[in-house]
Amino acid sequence: MSLPKLATVWLDGCSGCHMSLLDLDEGLLDLAAQADLVYSPIADAAQFPQGVDVTLVEGAVSSQEDAARLRLIRSRTRVLVALGDCATTGNVPAMRNIVPVQRLLQRVYVEGADAGAAVPTAGVPPLLPQARPLHEFVPVDVHLPGCPPPPKAILAAIGDLLHGKPPKLAELKFG
Amino acid sequence: MILKTKSISIRIEGELVPTREGKTILEAAREAGHPIPTLCHLDGIADVGACRLCIVEVGGSGRLAPACTTPVQDGLSVVIHSPRLAAYRRMIVELLLAERNHVCAVCVSNGHCELQAMAAALGVTSVRFPYRYPALGVDLSQERYVLDHNRCILCTRCVRVCAQVEGVHVWDLMGRGIHTCLVSDLDQPWAEASTCTRCGKCVQACPTGALAEKGKAVGEMVKRTEPLALAAGRKGARA
Repeated sequence: MSLPKLATVWLDGCSGCHMSLLDLDEGLLDLAAQADLVYSPIADAAQFPQGVDVTLVEGAVSSQEDAARLRLIRSRTRVLVALGDCATTGNVPAMRNIVPVQRLLQRVYVEGADAGAAVPTAGVPPLLPQARPLHEFVPVDVHLPGCPPPPKAILAAIGDLLHGKPPKLAELKFG
Repeated sequence: MILKTKSISIRIEGELVPTREGKTILEAAREAGHPIPTLCHLDGIADVGACRLCIVEVGGSGRLAPACTTPVQDGLSVVIHSPRLAAYRRMIVELLLAERNHVCAVCVSNGHCELQAMAAALGVTSVRFPYRYPALGVDLSQERYVLDHNRCILCTRCVRVCAQVEGVHVWDLMGRGIHTCLVSDLDQPWAEASTCTRCGKCVQACPTGALAEKGKAVGEMVKRTEPLALAAGRKGARA
């Protein structure tokens, strides 16, 4: 019998939620025995595969690329989990939302630059007007708030979801 | 002066509970060991029913009433926990979170915030309403304290503690609806509010990180509300 397929995705976040996942330490061995990690910043896969059972998405949706990736991921995932506060609320990436994008880029890349002052355009995805949480773009099945969510809460949720059970989310808080 | 009030009884979750006339449902329920969720109530300060988290079902028809401003009546039946009330309370917390910029991860009150704790207690793990991300100011003019409108839930605990305990009334609300905003004196920067005594009671009364001491890093702002209740009690005894 093949193992359920697990994926993790990193959008506009600091990678802290992935660090929290890695903080499972030897718990990762248990996780590896329960699921096949088919796509992740810490796995070697270029394309997001079809037929993924559980996908954890860290980070807010901040660019057109983020939004396109999220929609593709949603279409290929059975259970989509918003991992952490950025994915759930917008959190720190959304603190830019009160500043128009052009003003923001001007301030950071032109006024804030010591050398080579220019707004980068080549090879970077255009920003959306605001960074917003996942569920404002696609349906999200489970929210795991926290900045980051505690490792044990992530493991417990993945364990339940891989076995087709609704996860217990007690004692999870924002921040 | 001790006011003599009549002994009555009410039903809380079906259980007969003795209490006295003149108490609110919130007080009577708490004394009977049935705490009711609230964000705007502060011991010793007059209640105004600002946050609506303490709504309960009263009477046979299950009419909704805020427990903090509804007086007990003999024979009144009160339901504190029902699926309907839980749904409304979650909705209230979600609306509070969507209304302003509550970024717990970078807040001085992270881990000590009553709004954050309420969300966790009610099982709010996401907000179904679109976040507004409003552009709101931070008043850094005052020497020792800071007012961050992004984190204010308009509970008016600061307004009431200042008016009723310190006896000053520096704070009040300006504007209506979504534009309602906390102001000091006549909408001046806090440092220019000449009535302010710099006592800091408002800071301790604030349930979130909206009012905080300067120089605190993330999670360092721990508030103490018990001394405010004691001060309110002493003031009541003198009056």
